[in-house]
Amino acid sequence: MADQLINQVMWPLIYILCIVLPLVIAVAMFVYWERKVIGWMHVRMGPNKVGPGGVLQAFADVVKLLIKEVILPTKANRFLYFLAPLIGLVPALAAWAVIPFSGKMVLSNANAGILYLLAMTSMGVYGIIIAGWASNSRYALLGAMRSAAQVISYELAMGLCLVCVMVLAGSLNLSEIVNAQAGGKGLFDWFWLPLLPVFVIYFVSGVAETNRLPFDMAEGESEIVAGFHVEYSGSAFALFFLAEYANMILVSFLSAIFFLGGWLSPLQGWISADAPGWISWLGAGGFIWLFIKAFVMSFFFLWFRATFPRYRYDQIMRLGWKVFIPIAIAWVFVAGLLKYYDLVSIGVGA
Amino acid sequence: MNAVTRYLKSLMLAELVAGMGVTMRYMFKPKYTMRYPMEHIPKSNRFRGLHALRRYANGEERCIACKLCEAVCPALAITIDSAPRESDGQRRTTRYEIDLFKCIYCGFCEESCPVDSIVETSIHEYHFENRGENVVDKQKLLAIGDRFEQQIAADRAQDAPYR
Repeated sequence: MADQLINQVMWPLIYILCIVLPLVIAVAMFVYWERKVIGWMHVRMGPNKVGPGGVLQAFADVVKLLIKEVILPTKANRFLYFLAPLIGLVPALAAWAVIPFSGKMVLSNANAGILYLLAMTSMGVYGIIIAGWASNSRYALLGAMRSAAQVISYELAMGLCLVCVMVLAGSLNLSEIVNAQAGGKGLFDWFWLPLLPVFVIYFVSGVAETNRLPFDMAEGESEIVAGFHVEYSGSAFALFFLAEYANMILVSFLSAIFFLGGWLSPLQGWISADAPGWISWLGAGGFIWLFIKAFVMSFFFLWFRATFPRYRYDQIMRLGWKVFIPIAIAWVFVAGLLKYYDLVSIGVGA
Repeated sequence: MNAVTRYLKSLMLAELVAGMGVTMRYMFKPKYTMRYPMEHIPKSNRFRGLHALRRYANGEERCIACKLCEAVCPALAITIDSAPRESDGQRRTTRYEIDLFKCIYCGFCEESCPVDSIVETSIHEYHFENRGENVVDKQKLLAIGDRFEQQIAADRAQDAPYR
């Protein structure tokens, strides 16, 4: 009985903590990194006062948010108002369960991993809608409506992109999708090459899904103040913030897994395993490669934010429905043909 | 044909990529940020900041209570009372006050002064901690002048050829 308890409850809990705690710290560091990068691109310095080079700025902000008062607006729905940030945050954390960090490091090697991911990422929008409705504020409601329309539109494009990946990999399991990208041609074995337009669409849809610039219609500071979380303060706002950044990091990891070969080395097959020392290590896969790829992808979020102005609402809808979805559908057929005629080598590496 | 190339260009995200190139270039440029308390922006010698009353080298105050500054002051920030000095009967101010809340730092007082007594120094970082401290009296103005005389004289000397 005790053994069973330890095996079924203790170890999963420890694994979950091993994912969630670094994730929360990564969010804090990502916020700092974002402010730094955007600062540099604006030809200023970004935060540089708290701690060496400002690295502790994000932690100072967390402390500030936690000691602030949480205000409940007049006639707001108390239960839903406090439930919304949780509904936003929980899927953002739960989605990490199926992320394979390396060949063996995965919390849940679910066979329908992609379906689980799609379910979880689309749950997050309920948090936004409920937050907007429960705040009893016009700005919040407008932001929530915009966010709902946008997320539903881009979810379609995102799903179609994943269909292409599934067709090529022949599996819904994320580990098998990564293994399908193994081979002897280094980074040219990954799915970004046969699925290049889909890769771009997937990532841009991911930016739209997380309500990041230039698709931050849900927040739209210049139009609706802060959108769905305009009435939130203190730790309730901090939860929304955490969820948004956790989702950004998640989308970066997912793009790396689906299109950039996950934990596989970009030099796979080019370096023999019996090469001396660190050179063979370069050719071997490992979670470090996944982190590097995810870091590069997450840099694009910041780069977009520093570069592009916000889309107008109708432009977002046009881009989603008239550009992304048709191209994605077309590429589903292309992917099918590639697979049918065996034009893409699908690896089965370890 | 033009429409087709335009369509292809937008499909290839050509302009977006160009824009991202611009931000990437700027990311590595030297930053404009001035780390204020540690660094300062260079100031002109004509900078008009906090006021001061100057003295001659022998310690005699320059002001002769002509009240030109009081007359020219567009904000009515200067208040002067005068009387013959008891020791030698010279015409001197008994009261010389500037309300820094009224002052607009136009520099007319300095321009009008025939003996270069009232000047605006280049000091711009100062504050008040109590009500009423915004009105600086003669003692304070003279003290400021004594303390920063070197810099005041240097600034005036630098500007002398253009006057």
